[in-house]
Amino acid sequence: MVRQRFQILGVHAILIAYCALALGPILLVVMNSFKARNAIFGAPLAPPTSATFSLVGYMKVFHASHIGTYFMNSLIVTVVSMALVLLFGAMAAWALTEYKFRGSTVVALFLSIGIMVPIRLGSVAILTMMREAGLNDTLTALILVYIAQGLPLSIFILSEFIQQIPRDLRDAARCDGVPETRIFFEVIAPLLRPAIATVAVFTIVPIWNDLWFPLILTSSDSTHTITLGVQQFLGQYITDWNSVLAALSMAILPVVAIYVIFSRQLISGLTAGAVK
Amino acid sequence: MAGLDIKAINKSYGSAHVLSDINLAIDDGEFLVLVGPSGCGKSTLLRMIAGLDAPTSGDIRIGGKLVNALAPAERKIAMVFQSYALYPHMDVRKNMTFGLKFTGVKPAERERRVAEAARMLRLEPLLGRYPRDLSGGQRQRVAIGRAIVREPDVFLFDEPLSNLDAALRVSTRVEIARLHRLLGATMVYVTHDQIEAMTLADRIVVMNHGRIAQVGKPLELYYSPADLFVAGFIGSPAMNFFPAEVVGVEDGKARIAGGAIDALILPAGPLKPGARLTIGVRPEHLAPVAGGDFATAGVVELVERLGEASYAHVRRADDKMTVAEIRGRRTPAPGDPVTLSAPAEDIHVFDADDRRVSTRA
Repeated sequence: MVRQRFQILGVHAILIAYCALALGPILLVVMNSFKARNAIFGAPLAPPTSATFSLVGYMKVFHASHIGTYFMNSLIVTVVSMALVLLFGAMAAWALTEYKFRGSTVVALFLSIGIMVPIRLGSVAILTMMREAGLNDTLTALILVYIAQGLPLSIFILSEFIQQIPRDLRDAARCDGVPETRIFFEVIAPLLRPAIATVAVFTIVPIWNDLWFPLILTSSDSTHTITLGVQQFLGQYITDWNSVLAALSMAILPVVAIYVIFSRQLISGLTAGAVK
Repeated sequence: MAGLDIKAINKSYGSAHVLSDINLAIDDGEFLVLVGPSGCGKSTLLRMIAGLDAPTSGDIRIGGKLVNALAPAERKIAMVFQSYALYPHMDVRKNMTFGLKFTGVKPAERERRVAEAARMLRLEPLLGRYPRDLSGGQRQRVAIGRAIVREPDVFLFDEPLSNLDAALRVSTRVEIARLHRLLGATMVYVTHDQIEAMTLADRIVVMNHGRIAQVGKPLELYYSPADLFVAGFIGSPAMNFFPAEVVGVEDGKARIAGGAIDALILPAGPLKPGARLTIGVRPEHLAPVAGGDFATAGVVELVERLGEASYAHVRRADDKMTVAEIRGRRTPAPGDPVTLSAPAEDIHVFDADDRRVSTRA
C-alpha cells in the first residue's frame, strides 16, 4: 500500500517537473508580453505588477503591422491543409487497407518513405516547381506543400484504425446494398472520429508553427503567416521584444483552442456496441 | 422466394484448399443448416453465397439465375452475422432502414417494413435506442430485423447465436424457427452447434475438411451416419467406437470380435471374414444389463448426473473410455464393474475406409 503510494507520488513528481519544464517558457512569453520594455529586461522572471503592466506590445502589433492578415493567412493555410489531409488521408487509408490492387504495396511503401524523409530536403525542388507553376507567393503553394507533408503519417495512423473496425460491419453494409463510397463516408468515417481527431492535432501543430516554407515560398506581406510575420519585429540591431512577445502570445491561442476542441473528440469508445 | 443451386464450387488460397467440389441444391423455402467443426469451410461457403468471397471455380445460382458476377446487394440475400455487425452510430430504426435508402425503397414503404419487422421481433420499444444500449439478445433481434426489412429471397445466418448466453440461445433459436415458418423464405444457417442444427434444420449438411461429408434430414444423420466423422459429430455425448474384426461368416451371420467387445453377431451383409471394422454404439443405446446382441465390459470411472439421466464413463478392456447413458435413479458408483449391452439394430458398422456398412438384408 505504502509502496504503491510512493510510486504514484514519484510518477507525479516526474510529470509535474516535465510540465513545468514544458510550460515555463510559454508562461514566460505570455507574462512578459504584458510588461513594459524596461521591466522585461529588468526582471524577466517577475509577473507583471501594476507598475510594470503595459499593453504597448499588443498596441504596436495591432497598429503598426498586418497582424490581422498574417493571422488570417495562417488560419486559412492550416484549416484548408488539415481538412484536405484528413479527407485524402482517410480515403487513401481506406483504399489501401480495404482493396488489394496491383501496386497497393508499392504505394504503401512509397508513403512510408514519406514518413521517413523530411519534406524540407526537397525545398529547392519545391521552390522551382512552385515558381514554374506560377504559384510562388501564394497560399495555395503553402497548402499544397503542407498536404504533402501531412499525408504520409495520417494515412499510416488511419490505416491502423481502419484495420480495427470489424470486418463484419463492412460486409453487412455490402449485403445491405450500400455503395462503396457511402460505406466509407457513412459507416467507416463516423467510426474513425477519435482517430481523425488525433491526426488533426498531429497535422495542425507543425503547420501552424512552420516558419521554413512561408519563408521560402512567400515574399509579400499579403501572404505572410503569423510565424513569419513575427520575424519583422526581430531586427539585426534592435529587436522589439514587446511586439515579438505579444505576437507570439496570440499565436499560441489557436493551437490551445484546437487542443481543447479535439481533446473531447479524442475520447474513443464509439465502437462499443458494434460487435459482441 | 428462390432456391439455391451450388455447382462444383472450389476455393483455394494459394495451395490451401478450403473447399473442394461442393455440390448442393437447396429447395425454395428450405431451412438448410451447414454444420461442422471450425475450419471446415462452412462460413466460407456462406460468404460465397452472399457474394462476399468469390469461388476459385464453380457456379452459384439463386432462383435459377447465375449470380457469380453479382454484388451481394444484387443477389436478393440478407445476412445475419455472429457479431451482429450493427452500425454503432445509428439507432435501431436507422440501422434497419439504412440499406433500404440505396435500393430504391420509398420512405413510406421503409416505414411500413420497419413497423412490420419490429412487430414480428417485438422491437417497437427499442427503435430509438442505440446498439450500445441493447443487450446481446436485443442486438441479434435488431440484426435479424435488418435482414427482414430487405425482404430477401434467401436469408443467410453465420453462427447467429454463438455470442449469446445459454438461455438466450434457446429463446432466439425458437424465434428463428418461428420466423422461418412465418416468412417461408429459404434460409441457410451456419453453426458448429449440432443441437442448433438438429432442432432448426429441414436438412443438415455436415462438412469436414472443405468437403460435404453427408447431407440429410436430422434423424437420417442420427440413425444412419454415412461415415465415422458424421457418426462422431452428430449426437452428444459422442458415439462410442470399438475397433473390431470379422472372425467368421456362417449362414449369413457374421461373428465379430475386438479387444473390448465380448460378443457380437450381426447379419453378414457384405462383410467378409478378416475385414477390419469400427463398431459404433451411441451412449443412449447402451444399457447396464447383460444379454444384448452387443456387449462390452469395464469398470466405471466417473458418473455425471444430469437429472433425467446419468452418463457413466467406463474404462474398458482396451483401456479406452466408453460413455453410457443410464436412465433412472439407480446409477453405478465409480469402481463398480459393469457390463453394457445393446440390441443389434442400434449397432453401426464402418469399414476400414470409415464408410458406413449396411448389414441389413
